[in-house]
Amino acid sequence: MKYLREYRDRQLVEVLLEKISATLTRPWVLMEVCGGQTHSIVKHGLDQLLPASLQLVHGPGCPVCVTAQETVDQAIAIAGRDDVIFCSYGDMLRVPGSHQSLEGAKANGADVRVVYSPTDALLVAQENPQRLVVFFAVGFETTAPASALALAQARQSGVQNFRVLVSHFLVPPAISAIVEGAENSVQGFLAPGHVCAVTGMEACQELAARYRVPIVVTGFEPADILLGILHCVEQLERGDAAAENQYRRVAGDDGNTVARKWVNEVFEIAGQNWRGIGTLANSGLRLKSEYEAFDAAPLAAPPVLDADQRDCISGEILRGIKKPPQCPHFGTRCRPEHPLGAPMVSSEGACAAYFSYQ
Amino acid sequence: MCLAIPGKIEAILDEGELTRTAEVSFAGIRKAVNIAFVPEAGVGDFVVVHVGVAISRLDPAQARQIFKDLDIEVGQ
Repeated sequence: MKYLREYRDRQLVEVLLEKISATLTRPWVLMEVCGGQTHSIVKHGLDQLLPASLQLVHGPGCPVCVTAQETVDQAIAIAGRDDVIFCSYGDMLRVPGSHQSLEGAKANGADVRVVYSPTDALLVAQENPQRLVVFFAVGFETTAPASALALAQARQSGVQNFRVLVSHFLVPPAISAIVEGAENSVQGFLAPGHVCAVTGMEACQELAARYRVPIVVTGFEPADILLGILHCVEQLERGDAAAENQYRRVAGDDGNTVARKWVNEVFEIAGQNWRGIGTLANSGLRLKSEYEAFDAAPLAAPPVLDADQRDCISGEILRGIKKPPQCPHFGTRCRPEHPLGAPMVSSEGACAAYFSYQ
Repeated sequence: MCLAIPGKIEAILDEGELTRTAEVSFAGIRKAVNIAFVPEAGVGDFVVVHVGVAISRLDPAQARQIFKDLDIEVGQ
């Protein structure tokens, strides 16, 4: 495909690898924030092609993985209601809740449907006026505009039976939590290109200045990732700590102002509970009061849980403190067909990437 | 989840503010995509699509930059 294939070119990858090797004078630790980048790195074997002194740790940028256990349980409880059609992205279906997954609830008779887009869920609502149609709105800044679009369309066209269970997360507070963590070893970040295509560079500039850490907006193909690494390492070797955009073909420096306008129309910033990390202030979105009528949360209360699944070390995986093979259950008790936790389920989870490609 | 792929706008199907829709070709596979958030995009442009919604108009000049900078020729 045009604009994907050429960034997988062998010669381009080799030139970039040579440049990275020639730039390195000492070991550095970088984090790729997005799960899509993690998958690309492991799938294409970039971690094995890069010099051993350069370590890549994998970040929290997998919305399926960071959605809290309580929220998954709440979704399953809502899906179990007789009056509900529950619509979700396919990724969420196999995430284990405390007792079962959405897929398990579907097998037990719940009306759970996979949709490609929030606007498809709105269409299901318009086709089934006698049922409540609930959409599970997970995702980061990249995905929030699509949720906002469906909600604004529902409000404009007066759809009464559409509800949304909101589990939207914001990336910058997670980067702050990682940098401020006592165990942090990350010296530079590859920022998620598609998040920045919406948000623009401002948040990256603030983080780079506040923590004196280089942040390079990076794409997803092998050459994109190597280009991000090269620029991050060049900054570290020079002693710089700036926000830099190396994914300009998609992410303009100002981001997408129209998309942000609609997100701000529908949502406001609120605290959010991250699986394995805990509640972070101002790290998520909730519906504004004008959109409260669309909130699915009152349909079922979230359970009070003692702790996230104890056998799964997703918290350490998502903060980049441990890598999947360091988990005692990796590939044995925990496999994609029998996952103990979300990072083994999602197509962007670090555990699933290691299991599939290494 | 933040997977987004580029496709080419073949036709505009709807011009509503929130319902602006295009037929977008992904290497020949055509799909209706909401393009309300990329008002600057028109027929012939590539847009980057995430969960059925275009989040960005692809900049062809920026796309070529890496090949210019590194002096590499790759079949576009």
